Amino acid sequence: MKTTLANRLTPYMFLAPAAAVLIVALLYPLGYVVYASFLDWNPSQRIGQAEFIGLRNYYNLFSDESFRESFFVTIKFSTIVVTLEMLFGVGLAFLLDRNIRGMSVLRTLFILPMMISPIVVGLMWRYMYHPTVGIFNRTLKAIGLDPIPWLSDGTWAFTSIIIADVWQWVPFIFILSLAALQTLPQSVMEAARIDGASGWQSILYVKLPLMMPVLVITFLLRLIDSFKVLEVILVLTNGGPGLSTEVLALRISRTATEFRELGVAAAMSNILLFMLLLLTLAMFFYNKLTAIRAFRLKNIAVEEV
Amino acid sequence: MSKPNYERQNPAFYALLVALILMAIGPIVVMLSTSLRLNVDIMSDTSSLFFLPTIRNYEAVLCDVLWYKPDGLDYCDPTFGRALVSSLIVATVSTVLTLVIGCMAAYAIVRFRFMGRDTVSLFTLLMRMVPPAVLLVPIFGIWTFQFHIDGTRMGIILIYVAMNLPFVIWILQSFIVQVPIQLEESARIDGAGPFQVFFLIVLPIIKPGLAAASIFTFRIAWNEFLLANALSNRNSRTVPVTIVNSLTQYDVDWGKIMATGMLLAIPPIIFTFVASRQIITGMTAGAVKG
Repeated sequence: MKTTLANRLTPYMFLAPAAAVLIVALLYPLGYVVYASFLDWNPSQRIGQAEFIGLRNYYNLFSDESFRESFFVTIKFSTIVVTLEMLFGVGLAFLLDRNIRGMSVLRTLFILPMMISPIVVGLMWRYMYHPTVGIFNRTLKAIGLDPIPWLSDGTWAFTSIIIADVWQWVPFIFILSLAALQTLPQSVMEAARIDGASGWQSILYVKLPLMMPVLVITFLLRLIDSFKVLEVILVLTNGGPGLSTEVLALRISRTATEFRELGVAAAMSNILLFMLLLLTLAMFFYNKLTAIRAFRLKNIAVEEV
Repeated sequence: MSKPNYERQNPAFYALLVALILMAIGPIVVMLSTSLRLNVDIMSDTSSLFFLPTIRNYEAVLCDVLWYKPDGLDYCDPTFGRALVSSLIVATVSTVLTLVIGCMAAYAIVRFRFMGRDTVSLFTLLMRMVPPAVLLVPIFGIWTFQFHIDGTRMGIILIYVAMNLPFVIWILQSFIVQVPIQLEESARIDGAGPFQVFFLIVLPIIKPGLAAASIFTFRIAWNEFLLANALSNRNSRTVPVTIVNSLTQYDVDWGKIMATGMLLAIPPIIFTFVASRQIITGMTAGAVKG
């Protein structure tokens, strides 16, 4: 009797610490941020002393010109960055999907940019973008061209943070799509070759459609992550010049720490969270859908045999 | 994999490879070479590829934790030494805690199946989506006014464990699923309790999964800036926080700051070279296998 009770309790004992940590340090804060968004609250007040102002934070945000600007910058940044990264990453995967010596070394070197701290990535690029000692302007000067205001002009600053992000995250797409490419069924490739498909044809009509499930997931994962990018931009421009590079995540952090308006920051957090929630649910249901479709196809194949 | 049957490629292909490698590691090389230069060298107009490397910057940064007193250094700034110790403690403790707690939870989810795998994967995805920036306000409020653990390393460790747990549980359960149940059943028949089965049978088999999970956890805890910045005080500040602080000063000492950046980048670089296969497994587990 005693052992069966112990056995019945075992799963809960195994699960209890994780559940406790997640509830206390993740779910509770997420509930807290929803509540905080209805408050007019600054960091020196306890939350109980903050005034409850209902939806006014949200109302103010939507009529705030600079918040809309920031929102637009975020969308623009994520769209451009993810599009470029998908193009380069998938392209490189097709190009390097060959049986060559040193492929594993290459892959190892490609992971480096992702493993290094975003703060350090920002640091490296900030040095390279430096107006006088940076490697880019030095090179431009050496070949007799005018220096470029990498971080001090709005449009260039936006381009600069895109370059840095693309550098850091193309390898992610590359490695995922290469993994997808190399797990494609060999028999299909062979069939395409026997039917006389050219290299381009087999990529366009055979490989890409087969990789599509993985590519969609990779795309959504990267899109979600691109809304979180903050540290690299913080080090490079801190959102400036003006609002040209102030993405939403950075604006949240600045509103909380520099402008000390926790309620407003919480309201912005919820807006960001809501956008990401939609993307995540889209990803989950897409995953489900492809799993169901694969299952059905298998059943049909079995029935036909 | 059995026979090394490599295809020959044309020279343009190899040129492209070299260019790609240069692009991938170029910025890191620039950082390394800057950290080995004196400031006069960095700021001079005639920059050259050839210079006399010096470890002066590293000595200045590490002066507090070195066993000898570097010459030519009249003032020792203890900020970085302290931050390095803090970073090491925070990253190591949170990695160990996350792994232990995550392992047990993953095992319970797979073996006792009282939650569908669907529930777990949806929950993992949802938690993975939460940006650190969103946690900034509530974590600051709760840690300061309710738990009173702001400014301590424990506070930083707690949030890192919570942030990493969903991913670690997800990765580990995909490895535990592959452990043959017969192995565990035979151990149970031989009289092992559930804890013995877990520690003596399951853990040794899922070592690659543990490696991948620990690298990912350590990397996030080691690199994170935003929450550490909000939660730490002078004594518990981590390295990323000190780097950003010294960047906001008017006169940036590039040699020294690049040396700091390099020191922060070294552990992840070592992990990458030692365990790139596990890292790739961890990265592709979520997307490719579904």
